[in-house]
Amino acid sequence: MSDQPSRPKFRWHIVVFLAPAVLVYTAVMIYPLFNTLRLSLFTEIDQERVFVGLQNFQTLFGETVWSNQFWNALGNNFWFFIIHMLVQNPIGVALAAILSHPKLRFASFYRSAIFIPTILSFVIVGFAWKLILSPIWGIAPGMLDAIGLKSLYAPWLGKEAYALTTLSLVSVWQFVGIPMMLIYAALLSIPDEILEAAEVEGITGLSAFWKIKLPLILPSIGIISILTFVANFNAFDLIYAAQGALAGPDFSTDILGTFMYRTFFGFQLQLGDPHMGSTIASAMFAIILVGVCLYLFGIQSRMRRYQF
Amino acid sequence: MNAARQNRLNTVAAHGALILYTLIALFPVFVIVINSFKTRKAIFREPLALPSADSFSLIGYETVLKQGDFFLYFQNSMIVTVGSLFFILLFGAMAAFALAEYRFKGNMIMGLYLALGIMIPIRIGTVAILEMMVQTGLVNTLWALILVYTAQGLPLAVFILSEFMRQVSDDLKNAGRIDGLSEYRIFFRLVLPLVRPAMATVAVFNMIPIWNDLWFPLILAPAEEVKTLTLGSQVFIGQFVTDWNAVLSALSLAILPVMTLYVIFSRQLIRGITSGAVK
Repeated sequence: MSDQPSRPKFRWHIVVFLAPAVLVYTAVMIYPLFNTLRLSLFTEIDQERVFVGLQNFQTLFGETVWSNQFWNALGNNFWFFIIHMLVQNPIGVALAAILSHPKLRFASFYRSAIFIPTILSFVIVGFAWKLILSPIWGIAPGMLDAIGLKSLYAPWLGKEAYALTTLSLVSVWQFVGIPMMLIYAALLSIPDEILEAAEVEGITGLSAFWKIKLPLILPSIGIISILTFVANFNAFDLIYAAQGALAGPDFSTDILGTFMYRTFFGFQLQLGDPHMGSTIASAMFAIILVGVCLYLFGIQSRMRRYQF
Repeated sequence: MNAARQNRLNTVAAHGALILYTLIALFPVFVIVINSFKTRKAIFREPLALPSADSFSLIGYETVLKQGDFFLYFQNSMIVTVGSLFFILLFGAMAAFALAEYRFKGNMIMGLYLALGIMIPIRIGTVAILEMMVQTGLVNTLWALILVYTAQGLPLAVFILSEFMRQVSDDLKNAGRIDGLSEYRIFFRLVLPLVRPAMATVAVFNMIPIWNDLWFPLILAPAEEVKTLTLGSQVFIGQFVTDWNAVLSALSLAILPVMTLYVIFSRQLIRGITSGAVK
């Protein structure tokens, strides 16, 4: 390296390597994100964009027409999230715990099969379940009849009281593969010595799971929870595919994603309004940010202590 | 003796639980596919029966292939997915190499800046993205989708790939430098081939969400000639709600490509997840 000048040269290749990724990411993701936050402070009067400060937020939270819809969507979104946390993640952990048993046969077959719903699109999942639960086709009532429970059947997707829970469970059915895989990976990474030491102490089977494995996979459960949170609070596709943009019956399955879509694009009688759409997007951004921060500073930093 | 019986009971219980859940996972797909091959009457009379000689019918598929432009949709989805993956991998690997290989001012900050997008969904910026695409005339082109998916995939790609690039031996790269290779050649000739498994993992992670996305095709590219397969089947099924043969066939046709991809790549996908690439 004799031809190296004494003053370090500016290393252009670093710029060349970084530029494409940083440019695309900034132009298509970060800039629009902040631009959306900015647009929430404007409104359109006589086809001109006018700065109105926080007035859109006042409308969203102050006028009952808007605030009722917003709180309804937010409440539904929380219910959607709670069902995922209470049903999807425990089933995922249980399946992973069974699968991670070292002498289990056909484990890779089960794993691949259970993961299949996760790779299907929301359109397929939404319509497939709509057909199966439909009273016209009669698969669901027929099957319940076969085990003598026909009285339990109701057109779940059409009833306000059940529709949201039903769709949440469909979404759980679709995504159970993800917690299963991540927990499975975490369980495999537990060193054998720890489990053997526990076995010597007489801790095996279920008690080994509760006392040793579960505390060790808590960080993975934390990651899954925050992934679920972020995914649920910008969910849209399943509801749209199954119930349409009006999130029927009577908005009972409306979540923030569908509410934002309707507001932004307009639907039937309602005219599209990009500024109110941005306002809802900003509210969603704030909610997701709060969740992520709670996780990063509250949960994750505390959990680190358990890791080896 | 007692312990052995206990063990066998446990094994049976484990298989029982797994078989039950596997059935739950596969049942809807199974029902849709078998009924797509049946006549309308048979679909309703015996929804759970396999198609037999006299209930077999391809009428649904005929309607779908006549009415919907599924080959065009499929082609659009292919272009968008392959194009996005190409840019995610190329740009992501380049940026990851810069962050992993060189020490420069702002390295940390750049890494954190690029990592922001892992947690924040790009959908939040949709209003401004649409406005930008309208201004640049990219709306209703496949480029709009490719750009959005590239931006969406880059953060995680850079994060995973830079982890792997740190493990590439320094001796190898320094040997290349002594031989007079430029930094670009070191990247393309020495480093890229070594991180190919990690690139495959990133590709598989990104492939399925891009293929299945409904939101951005609906908003950025709803025109007939640029519809993706996901949006195309959504619209088609919406129009044919009452034609059960057509709906079931359209669903089966939509399942087919993803299932093919999954069969080809499932080992890669599962290895990628379980090797802790997303920890």
